[in-house]
Amino acid sequence: MHLHHDDAFPDSHVHGPAGSAGEGPDGRRRALRIGLGGPVGSGKTATVAALCRTLRAELSIAVVTNDIYTREDAEFLLRQAVLPADRITAVQTGACPHTAIRDDISANLEAVEDLQDHLGPLDLILIESGGDNLTATFSKGLVDAQIFVIDVAGGDDIPRKGGPGVTTSDLLVINKTDLAPHVGADLEAMARDAKAQRGDLPTVLTAVKTAGGITPVADWIRERLAAWTAGPA
Amino acid sequence: MHRAALLVLADGRFPAGGHAHSGGAEAAVTARRVRDVASLREFCRGRLHTAGLVAAGLAAAAAAGYDPLLLEEAADARTPSPALRQAGRRLGRQLLRAARAAWPSPELDALAAARPRGAHQPVVLGLAARSAGLTPLDAAYAAAYESVSGPVTATVRLLRLDPFDATAVLARLAADLDHVAAGAAEAAQRVPADGVAALPAASAPLLDITAEQHVMRPARLFAS
Ligand SMILES: Nc1nc2c(ncn2[C@@H]2O[C@H](COP(=O)(O)OP(=O)(O)OP(=O)(O)O)[C@@H](O)[C@H]2O)c(=O)[nH]1
Ligand SMILES: [Mg+2]
Repeated sequence: MHLHHDDAFPDSHVHGPAGSAGEGPDGRRRALRIGLGGPVGSGKTATVAALCRTLRAELSIAVVTNDIYTREDAEFLLRQAVLPADRITAVQTGACPHTAIRDDISANLEAVEDLQDHLGPLDLILIESGGDNLTATFSKGLVDAQIFVIDVAGGDDIPRKGGPGVTTSDLLVINKTDLAPHVGADLEAMARDAKAQRGDLPTVLTAVKTAGGITPVADWIRERLAAWTAGPA
Repeated sequence: MHRAALLVLADGRFPAGGHAHSGGAEAAVTARRVRDVASLREFCRGRLHTAGLVAAGLAAAAAAGYDPLLLEEAADARTPSPALRQAGRRLGRQLLRAARAAWPSPELDALAAARPRGAHQPVVLGLAARSAGLTPLDAAYAAAYESVSGPVTATVRLLRLDPFDATAVLARLAADLDHVAAGAAEAAQRVPADGVAALPAASAPLLDITAEQHVMRPARLFAS
């Protein structure tokens, strides 16, 4: 299984210190930035929380949430104490969550820049998009790779329907498999449809809230990070 | 110079963070002062002749090459609301990033170095226009237009207004926009002789007050 796009790491062109250039202002390789998108309620925040709990002992992590109406996602992460408060920032998106992660990434880049200023060099920055539709994707100017989170309760035909999130994300997470029997979702069909839409791009079926459910996602991040750190600065 | 650069700078899709701000429209919609096309038109006219005029004057002066740090102080003096100062600087920082990619210049670099947390948006807008080879009048137009285009776009989303009616609001403001931009550019010409006091200082107290209320709201779609 191929884990990476051919264009995994965007061309480095310098648009200021927190643009897509691979090198930070200090000449050190900057933090790997991973975007998490997907429909409302699919489990993006739960994934971020579980990733932080699993990886925080080995990595220096920060989180940017894009809340549409409130600061709820940031506040959930704070309440759960998955990271110290100064490692979590909320960006306000102005009624259009996909604009803030794709067409006009200014506010998110600023949040990333501020986290780096306050915390010093980081290994990993997770950027959660506001819950959106199946066409939401992250700009390469903002993230190095994107995870798309859908869930079995949202309808087991979503992988078949496709859309940029399902077809082009670097990792597709089909979450809440624990609910499959209750909602009558056909997991095998979902896996098969995802494979047909995504070719060699990886998909995991999991339940991130159950014990060990985050492991395949955390392992994927570790692999990306190893490749990123080894890459040219 | 290429006049067409003005189209790029004034395009609502220019990626400088403006989409997350409503220019006070969300607060006005919440208070039901803006509820239809007619009240949107009046809101925009008021904003254009106050906040829009002030922004246009600052932008024109920056485009004319007047010291941006002195204009920063002039912008503070004309922005009593801390929430609006903060929003203005945040937008200025985001515009600076986009402008440095679009029209790199030593003057933009110098402002970014002097104000890493951001300079007032109209000042940056003027300096961006200057770096793009545009005139002070062009910069005044961009600032004046933006003072009404942002609220109109936000209100289309907030009230589900008919987008054709909303765009007509902007079109009908063309004469006012001409007037405001010309007045702002003319005032900027007097800055070398009379100092920043020559720049417009029209205020809109209700915009200031509701901006303060807006940032305290736990649930809102737009940052300002
Ligand atoms: N059964 C089950 N529930 C889950 C799982 N993961 C998340 N949830 C629940 O699904 C709901 C939504 O999860 P969130 O993580 O807030 O979803 P989100 O995608 O961040 O939602 P928005 O940010 O509002 O778009 C919450 O009630 C979670 O507890 C899972 O693996 N299994
Ligand atoms: Mg969430």
